Amino acid sequence: MRLDKTEISLGLIALGCVLFGFVSPGWLIFLLTIALAKALVVQGVVMQMRSGLVSFGQGLFYCIGGYTVGMGGQFFGIHDAVAALSLGMFVAIIIAMLLGLLLTRYREIFFAMLSLAFSMILFGILVKSQELGSTDGFNVHDWTLFGWAPEAGAGSQYTVFTMTVVSGLIVAVLIHRYTKAGIGVICEAVRENEVRVEYLGLSPRWLLYGNYVAAAAVSALGGGLTALATGHVDPEMAYWTTSGEFVFIALLGGLGHVAAPFIAAIVFSFVRTYAIEFVPHTWQMILGFTLLAVIIFLPKGLWSLVSREKTGERA
Amino acid sequence: MKNNKSKFSKHLVSGVAALALAAGAAGSASAAENGKFRVGIVTFLSGPAAGPFGVPSANAAKVLVEELNKGNLPAPYDKIGINGAEIEAVIIDEAGGATKQVEEYRNLVQRQKVDAVIGYVSSGDCLAIAPVAEELKTFTIAYDCGTPRLFADNPDAQYMFRTGLDASVDNIGAVRYLAATRPDVTRLAGIQQNYSWGQDSWADFTAAASALLPEAEIVEEQFPKIYQGQYGAEISALSVKRPEIVHSSFWGGDMEALVLQANARGLLEDATGLLTCGEASFATYKDQAPNGMIIGARGPFGQFAPDNELNTWFKGVYQNAYDIEPVYPATKMAQAILGLKYAAENAGVADKEIPSAEQLSAAMKGATFESVSGTVEMARGNGHQAMQGITYGEYHYEDGVASIKNAVSFDGECVTPPEGVAAADWIADGFPGAKCN
Amino acid sequence: MTSLLAVLIDGSIYASWLFLVAAGLTVIYGVMRILNMAHGSFYAIGAYSAASLVGWYFNNGIGPAWVSYLMLVGAALVAGLIVGVIIERGLLRLMYGRDEILMVIITYALLLILEDGMKIVWGVSPYFAYQPYSELGRTSLGLLKVSNYDVALVGVSALLGLGLWAWLERTNQGKVLRAVIHDREIAVAMGVNVKLMFTITFVLGTTLGALAGALTAPAISVVPGIGIEVIVLAFAVVVIGGLGSIGGAAVGALLVGLSRAAAVHYAPEFELFVIYGVMSLVLAFRPEGLFGRTLARKI
Repeated sequence: MRLDKTEISLGLIALGCVLFGFVSPGWLIFLLTIALAKALVVQGVVMQMRSGLVSFGQGLFYCIGGYTVGMGGQFFGIHDAVAALSLGMFVAIIIAMLLGLLLTRYREIFFAMLSLAFSMILFGILVKSQELGSTDGFNVHDWTLFGWAPEAGAGSQYTVFTMTVVSGLIVAVLIHRYTKAGIGVICEAVRENEVRVEYLGLSPRWLLYGNYVAAAAVSALGGGLTALATGHVDPEMAYWTTSGEFVFIALLGGLGHVAAPFIAAIVFSFVRTYAIEFVPHTWQMILGFTLLAVIIFLPKGLWSLVSREKTGERA
Repeated sequence: MKNNKSKFSKHLVSGVAALALAAGAAGSASAAENGKFRVGIVTFLSGPAAGPFGVPSANAAKVLVEELNKGNLPAPYDKIGINGAEIEAVIIDEAGGATKQVEEYRNLVQRQKVDAVIGYVSSGDCLAIAPVAEELKTFTIAYDCGTPRLFADNPDAQYMFRTGLDASVDNIGAVRYLAATRPDVTRLAGIQQNYSWGQDSWADFTAAASALLPEAEIVEEQFPKIYQGQYGAEISALSVKRPEIVHSSFWGGDMEALVLQANARGLLEDATGLLTCGEASFATYKDQAPNGMIIGARGPFGQFAPDNELNTWFKGVYQNAYDIEPVYPATKMAQAILGLKYAAENAGVADKEIPSAEQLSAAMKGATFESVSGTVEMARGNGHQAMQGITYGEYHYEDGVASIKNAVSFDGECVTPPEGVAAADWIADGFPGAKCN
Repeated sequence: MTSLLAVLIDGSIYASWLFLVAAGLTVIYGVMRILNMAHGSFYAIGAYSAASLVGWYFNNGIGPAWVSYLMLVGAALVAGLIVGVIIERGLLRLMYGRDEILMVIITYALLLILEDGMKIVWGVSPYFAYQPYSELGRTSLGLLKVSNYDVALVGVSALLGLGLWAWLERTNQGKVLRAVIHDREIAVAMGVNVKLMFTITFVLGTTLGALAGALTAPAISVVPGIGIEVIVLAFAVVVIGGLGSIGGAAVGALLVGLSRAAAVHYAPEFELFVIYGVMSLVLAFRPEGLFGRTLARKI
């Protein structure tokens, strides 16, 4: 297996993150864990955006991932983190395979609204489920990793952080390869002109279908990791504003590079947490202006800060 | 191209490194120890819960902290600040969901280095915070959230306390009030917001009603979505069933809209409204609410708080600062802050010294302290949950003045399940051991 | 029997409200291809403006009650006009021609800004303008008592719908607008001032949103967050009816309104799912919505 430069640097950064975790304070580790876990969901959004579909309901799979991990521990005795995360991805894949059959018939705003509707239906079901704590949700604790139980507090926090970084690395490398491969390039072609892709003898619909299912799995992984890190799940994960946040981060980063969602998620978390601290009454406004500024000045997302220099060099 | 790629990676590495450094620097910058007692105050500053709950609470916290720092409170709270140390309040918005609140809680404790946290209106936030408080070993007081699961799900809590009452007390109290004042009612109906709060409230109310009002039947129940604001169809559905009592655990804008619409359409003339959180909008109803509507304040708070020296003083300064009487969330916030002050000053540490979370917890556990609502006993939840009585009364508005009539109070032991007994079981067994006056 | 009557009455009242909220959204989308997430904020701004004006009027006991109805409408018109012009000229104009989805995100940013902006202007305490609501009294139909204000709202909503339709189909300006809807580039080539049409449309849309809020204000408590709650509802109605279609929005509103009222009376446990259920069902069979145009695929 040959690694290209991007993959090597991604690996180095991941290693750097894991080492950095040893010296950074707890709140920062937590912030980064949540940011990176959310970035995985954003990767799911971005994967679909590359082929021209914007999901306003990615919270559906985020929530499925989180609830599967929570319920696995609570009701089915699945305490191993890796098993629970895999189960979450599996459940998400099954549901995505079903919903995808319907959803891939839609484009543009109809896809966005229908994906939002499914997410809201899950939200409604969870609100109705009093055994699952309705809107209060329930706590996720007592998980292990291959039979080893990390000590409560800093130990388990660091473990989740490491798991998130490793998952992020694996997903990033896979997505990187996918976008570089022929099929990934066709995704962009589908976004540009679906009919021409069809004329080439390919089926855009099944491509979008595959994309949708893969994005669901990645998002569920992000949701599961979030559940492990916060120790709590609630139906808010499936609410449309949560999905809106993922789209927000996706645009903040841009589609330029596989690392963009991670950087965007971290920047977003910092902007939000400091906005809440310094202007507790108007932090949403700060987020709104940030988003507008990015759209106006960096139409291709934060990543264009990096790639702009690159094109300059080429010229 | 190759060159570009490595440039790429360099940027990537340096970008992440810069971010991390910036974060680290920011972290250490605010970690100053200045001898002040830092308290994190978390409540809704935005969204629909800000108006009825968050802002009155934050206002109460601000005025109380200010007065405490001047040493203006009546005894036994006349010491400056908390245990002689000046109080510094860090106020944070509770909006945004449980995941975000866990993140902000960690920021408060680990970055802002607060010595204690007081907050949380939402039950979901309380439940998510409880295990984190234990993990970070931080003294935390839930001042308002009502879920009975707080200590049922966290039986070994060391650092988490609640100075407000849980929601089953509200509804047991409501049924006791009906039994005391209207023992002959037969037709009950309810309308609740469709989320945990509404579902739990209705479950407790109906269970208690079947025990204490055996003649009564439930004729209709409605669960509209929270923040719906328009209850046309629900009011029709309730009206056609001709209930005598309409119970609702609505709060804030939803509750005000419901009262307005139900009153205009005659439902609240034919039936008596019973609002468990009704007192929070006491000052805004004016003539929109019918006379005789039963309201509660989730305990002896707001309009139902007793006329003791502390409360008279508190109402005075609050009224002075904001030109309005404190509603129940304000009283509850004051109670939590007084609880913290009591714990700190009885933790057995020297003057001006800030006690550790362990010392605070030990002093708070099972304590009995004086508050704006009278005497508070931390007598449930293994010494972590306050037990107090509850009062209900009727709203009346005449000549531009709102007042409470026919108020009836019930003792804590009358409406609170014994230690270790779940409310549902206690109600089902017919309230064994209840001591009512 | 009573409950069937109640379903019809409640359903029509709710539908008329939904239509008021959705009309502005669908007009803006039809002409400008912008799915406006900030529409709910216009609704909230209308509600706040009306409630503060009417509240002030009654608190000072200045004059007769009927003036307050004019004030509701007037407040909405002024608020919608000001906000609409500022946003269209100051922000959206810079963005035309961008991707449809990007426009959604821009309006999402706008929503975040407006929500906090309203908090700065009006604070978080509730505003009331209940006098116009209670002043009209109620009508008894057996056990059912109906608010006359709500019934009047059905009429207002129907008139507004007819007016919009007549404007689009029967006036010269409407014809030009339809030309823009049909093909923007050809319209420009034919000498249509598309920029002006966009401004008119956007201001019309925001004013309709503000009007919906202003007319709702008397029946509710105007508090932060009311705008957020109506967005998804309005979106669903518009998507069911077919984006950009006034008639579609009316039918979508009726469909959702009646289904919801039926659920409340007969199966309250499904109330939470009704709107999404209807939307999924309609889209499953008519992917472009009931009255949506099937677009030719570009090659």
